[in-house]
Amino acid sequence: MIKAILIFNNHGKPRLIRFYQYFPEDMQQQIIRETFHLVSKRDDNVCNFLEGGSLIGGSDYKLIYRHYATLYFVFCVDSSESELGILDLIQVMIYFLVYLLFQVFVETLDKCFENVCELDLIFHMDKVHYILQEVVMGGMVLETNMNEIVAQVELQNRMEKSEGGLSAAPARAVSAVKNMNLPEIPRNINIGDINIKVPSLSPF
Amino acid sequence: MALKIVKGSIDRMFDKNLQDLVRGIRNHKEDEAKYISTCIDEIKQELKQDNIAVKANAVCKLTYLQMLGYDVSWAAFNIVEVMSSSKFTYKRIGYLAASQCFHESTDVIMLTTNQIRKDLSSPNQYDTGVALTGLSCFVTPDLARDLANDIMTLMSHTKPYIRKKAVLIMYKVFLKYPESLRPAFPRLKEKLEDPDPGVQSAAVNVICELARRNPKNYLSLAPLFFKLMTSSTNNWVLIKIIKLFGALTPLEPRLGKKLIEPLTNLIHSTSAMSLLYECVNTVIAVLISLSSGMPNHSASIQLCVQKLRILIEDSDQNLKYLGLLAMSKILKTHPKSVQSHKDLILQCLDDKDESIRLRALDLLYGMVSKKNLMEIVKKLMLHVDKAEGTTYRDELLTKIIDICSQSNYQYITNFEWYISILVELTRLEGTRHGHLIASQMLDVAIRVKAIRIFAVAQMATLLDNAHLLTGNMQRNGICEVLYAAAWICGEFSEHLENPMQTLEAMLRPKVATLPGHIQAVYVQNAAKLFSTVLKSQEGSTEGTAAQETSQLMIDRLPLFVQSANLEVQERASCILQLVKYIQKLQQKEVEVAEEVSALFAGELNPVAPKAQKKVPVPEGLDLDAWINEPPSESESEDEQPKAIFAKEEPKHSRSRHTEVDEKELARRREARKQEQANNPFYIKASPSSQKVYQESPGVEHIPVVQIDLTVPLKVPGLPMSDQYLKLEEERRQKERADKKKKEKKKRKEKRSGRGRRHDSGPESEEDITPAHMVDIVTEEMPENALPSDDDDKDPNDPHKALDIDLDKPLADSEKLPVRSHRAAKVAKSPVEDGDAENTPPSQEPKKKSSKEKREKKKDKDRDRKKSKEEKKKKKHKHEEKEEDLLGGEADEPVVQSEDTTEVVALPTSTNAEVSDLDFWLSNAPVPSNTQEAATVAATAEADSVPEATSGTAPDSDHDEPKNSELEETKSSKHKKKKQKKEKEEKEKKKKKKHHHHHRHHSDGGADESVQNGTVEDEEPLPPMSNYCLLAENSYIKMVCDIQGNLQDGSQVVVSVIFENKCDSLLKSMEFNVLDSLNSKLQRPEGSGPHDGFTVPFQLPPGVSNEARLVFTVQSIVMPQKMKGTLTFIVKNEDSSIHEKLDFKLHFTCTSYLITTPCYSDAFAKLLESGDLKCSSVRLEEVNMPFHHLLARICFHHHFSVVERIDSCASMYSRSIQGHHVCLLVKTSGQTVSIDAKCDEPTLLGNVLDEIKQTFSQC
Repeated sequence: MIKAILIFNNHGKPRLIRFYQYFPEDMQQQIIRETFHLVSKRDDNVCNFLEGGSLIGGSDYKLIYRHYATLYFVFCVDSSESELGILDLIQVMIYFLVYLLFQVFVETLDKCFENVCELDLIFHMDKVHYILQEVVMGGMVLETNMNEIVAQVELQNRMEKSEGGLSAAPARAVSAVKNMNLPEIPRNINIGDINIKVPSLSPF
Repeated sequence: MALKIVKGSIDRMFDKNLQDLVRGIRNHKEDEAKYISTCIDEIKQELKQDNIAVKANAVCKLTYLQMLGYDVSWAAFNIVEVMSSSKFTYKRIGYLAASQCFHESTDVIMLTTNQIRKDLSSPNQYDTGVALTGLSCFVTPDLARDLANDIMTLMSHTKPYIRKKAVLIMYKVFLKYPESLRPAFPRLKEKLEDPDPGVQSAAVNVICELARRNPKNYLSLAPLFFKLMTSSTNNWVLIKIIKLFGALTPLEPRLGKKLIEPLTNLIHSTSAMSLLYECVNTVIAVLISLSSGMPNHSASIQLCVQKLRILIEDSDQNLKYLGLLAMSKILKTHPKSVQSHKDLILQCLDDKDESIRLRALDLLYGMVSKKNLMEIVKKLMLHVDKAEGTTYRDELLTKIIDICSQSNYQYITNFEWYISILVELTRLEGTRHGHLIASQMLDVAIRVKAIRIFAVAQMATLLDNAHLLTGNMQRNGICEVLYAAAWICGEFSEHLENPMQTLEAMLRPKVATLPGHIQAVYVQNAAKLFSTVLKSQEGSTEGTAAQETSQLMIDRLPLFVQSANLEVQERASCILQLVKYIQKLQQKEVEVAEEVSALFAGELNPVAPKAQKKVPVPEGLDLDAWINEPPSESESEDEQPKAIFAKEEPKHSRSRHTEVDEKELARRREARKQEQANNPFYIKASPSSQKVYQESPGVEHIPVVQIDLTVPLKVPGLPMSDQYLKLEEERRQKERADKKKKEKKKRKEKRSGRGRRHDSGPESEEDITPAHMVDIVTEEMPENALPSDDDDKDPNDPHKALDIDLDKPLADSEKLPVRSHRAAKVAKSPVEDGDAENTPPSQEPKKKSSKEKREKKKDKDRDRKKSKEEKKKKKHKHEEKEEDLLGGEADEPVVQSEDTTEVVALPTSTNAEVSDLDFWLSNAPVPSNTQEAATVAATAEADSVPEATSGTAPDSDHDEPKNSELEETKSSKHKKKKQKKEKEEKEKKKKKKHHHHHRHHSDGGADESVQNGTVEDEEPLPPMSNYCLLAENSYIKMVCDIQGNLQDGSQVVVSVIFENKCDSLLKSMEFNVLDSLNSKLQRPEGSGPHDGFTVPFQLPPGVSNEARLVFTVQSIVMPQKMKGTLTFIVKNEDSSIHEKLDFKLHFTCTSYLITTPCYSDAFAKLLESGDLKCSSVRLEEVNMPFHHLLARICFHHHFSVVERIDSCASMYSRSIQGHHVCLLVKTSGQTVSIDAKCDEPTLLGNVLDEIKQTFSQC
């Protein structure tokens, strides 16, 4: 079972959190802080497993994480999950995030793919969640076949589009106007090396 | 009104969306909280509007704020509103928000039940999917109970996307509503063999998760999982199954034996590291569970260790870590095989990654031997010096002590070395393990008599340099060591070289800064030292020296008398007065030394912590009888001996036995344990749990072995442990030389070659004799010792509730609450209505009545049949009857669906399963993947063999469920029917099994064993096969089976078995078919429309193999014949000839049908709907039992039995394009009439014709 999936950046700011067991909000924040504390002090070239923190799960739980560009992807899992399998799953997650961001940029005709920024994750937090829901459900891995996941996500997005989407055109235009005078958000926090190696996924 | 709408939409234009919110927060870094609170106010305004889009947007923003840690539970109701929107976009947002912030105590969850139910049954699969996903996060016991049945229905949804989600969510439902497990389990089990890999994987996932917590209930699934393991190619599924087997093997060692081979095959063949690692892990689990009895498991161990070595040597830190982790599991049972990789593990100690170093440390524990202990510890000491973090250093320290003290100091050959190590460890700064070191010092000094002289000298040095240790005053700091040092110096003061100097060291003013308990020991032992000093000084000529010593005591002790610590104060003032008195006597020139030393006479012997309990009760003493009135609680508390040194306990405890009852005793024991744990000075024999103490009756009779020391005892100054390494080496060499001499002598005397094993070469473990021996303390265990592992299961563990025997047949009371029709609800009393979990009493009469009704109907049917035989009316009549029957059922959907769950559940009767498992584990040969496909005939033959061999066992087994059923207080009619259904179900299964046979051709005896359990009073079915002859000549024979493709409505899969009948090799086989307008052979990409399908194998003589071809068909209502040719080359040694074989491929309408289970309520609804056209057929002179007839229809025409009542059965099937085909089969004598309904009359007519043909053939 996966107990929680946490994505936060190098400063411990949450970018996506998903608990598969209920914790009150303040506890959730505490867990994020603790996990960040544990994970952030580790070098990049050490192993990706950590015996669980004190707050989330006891001895049976493990933290499995990957540090990717400015983001930490942390899965808190128990002993029924294969450690290496979860690492591969994180790779899938990363792949999908890049895929999602790519889509967003194609849509908004932003040609600078390199400028994909960590912030785009939170701008499209709901979409990230929807993707995640196709991969993990209720703490269990639902699907590992990438094509299947992409197909289902696309179909749902198409459905949403046919309904006009959440923010219809006028609202978007207004928000664009409203933001004109705002200082440009720094976009140089690149997600870095985009070319992900996905070979380990193919057998799945 | 119009204005309002306009205004609304203008307002909307200025709403922030999620992106705006995020930007806003980032732009208000300084006053983030304030900005967010204004945003929340805005959101509250937005939520008040009627526009659902605005609400959804607001909820979306709340989801983001929730992530930042804001409580959004106040908006729970609005979230529910958004969830119930009809638009998918908004619904999705609502469910997402709900899944993020709803939990069991969210009260609005109650309101969602109907909404969720509606979404679950929505025609849009994504509505259903979103609802399932959301529900998986916030399912409550109430929701689970109310929705369990709906979700169960979804498990057989046509869309795999829904099926897999429904299967997965069942786990959550089970957790919240354990009663649902048993009714739902059969269907869950079915899903293990779902054609969709996603669904299959989900089912495996759920069952593995369930089985992990309560493995014993899932043992009966082992054969099924075994089959999956050998056939699946999905690594995720494989990993889960293999992990599951790891949990099952400890319960059933025979399973392990079966697993070893396929697992080792996987280890050899897989390229996926994750799979390899799990295989190794499970093999280890198997080997642990076997531990003995497997003759050649050393090969498997070797393989595992080898593979792990590869992992550990990998540059990937993750693999290294996992390798070490798995290695430590092997270590427990097979330490020898790990020990050979010592180099590698020591290397890991140098790794930069702390996790890896810790893992390596764990491994070291099991790798030490007498030979390498010193070397390993030396290496660890180096690490101690190098380590930066205190945590890691402390870890090292405890590991060193653990390693050395394990198994009662088994591996220590030289205790001087050990003492020096301990002393060296005292130089660690900031450690929290001072107490651990101290207790080791005490333990060694007390128990190893030979070492005392050395130990005392070392301790004296420590006391002399006490200022070095007092830097860390905190509890458990290194200063604890002084406690041990002072005690050892005092107790064994006779060995002190210069007691006066030590005495002075102990009375230094600085001592007053030490913790109280240490000072107390100082004072007490100063007195002991004093007596020793007196003794030596009085013996000598100078009388004044003794008086000076007394003066020293009198001068220094007042410092302690003023101590804030009571214990110190008491002891100090007592001893001060004593010394003053001695001084008086000394001034009168009286010899006092003898009397003073008498104060501390007698040796303190080591006693095991639990020895007290073993003191035998004197005869005639009734410990349970009250002597006086029961003492109050506080009194008994006071009586607990508060000895500082545990070893004093037995002396006074004998007379002190207070009479206490068992509970009190347990309570006290607990309290004492607690106290001992808290008291760092309670001397435990050894911290290691594995030590083995010899049994010997009393403290006095402990054998103390004195050993001649071959090593010089005196080491000046603080010892360096390193020098012992050299000394040890010398000592061993000398010993070896001695031994050799002896050997030689022996050999000379005996002149036999028996001593040869001691020849040269490296010395074996046993050859190393220890330099000192540990006195072995009797540690007697009381008979009623409480095992500490008796409640390792957390009572709050939700999985405990799922410890349910799944093999027991379902009882009436256990059905899932079913959503009933409104009409039925009215009939219920309001009380029952509220109680959704139908209690048996309220249900039983209802059920019975419906049964009776049906029973009557049947009778009526029969009567009618007899009386009205006229053919004219008959057709009409039958229709009426059918509708009558089905209509009657539709009235009671509640009962009906309950019946079906029962039907599904019943076949898994315990005994049958268990015996199957036994059979599978004991007899069945391991099916190997490489086994060539057997011919149809061969498989059919195989059917009968195991049946004969195990024919007796299932028979006797079968009696039992019947008997137990008889005992149940149910109407006999009911029972009868149930049994019938059971049989039918079994038949169905049987058929499925047969099916598998022909499709997989690899499952030797495994399947038959399952069949055996179902042998009944009805005669067994003759073996059937769906493979029909396609074409045959002298070279080759082709048989084929045609199946519709479940996933694609326009595809038909043709499995063709090619059998080589000649003596030559057949190669280059090409299978070609002339496409018709309607049907086309799917050819590999890039080939032309007339190219053939190249069969991907060659056939050596006598071999057969199977190929699958996919055809696309457009219309499926008509049967079709296609002409084709097979060309191939017959290759002899000298020649090769081209040959060809023409054939006609016959696509019957039956082959477009897919066996689809259907539940009678759904069936009834289908018939009611009125969209179906009907038709009927009559079969004359059918000479076979009814159940055979049904079996044939099921098997050859892909139907499934919905319900069977005596000589009447309803059946269902579905075409690949979704046509429903319903049959009502009735028999009377040799006539069988089949009434059928289908939404496509042409298809139906053809199917019926085909059925007729099937029966005309036999």
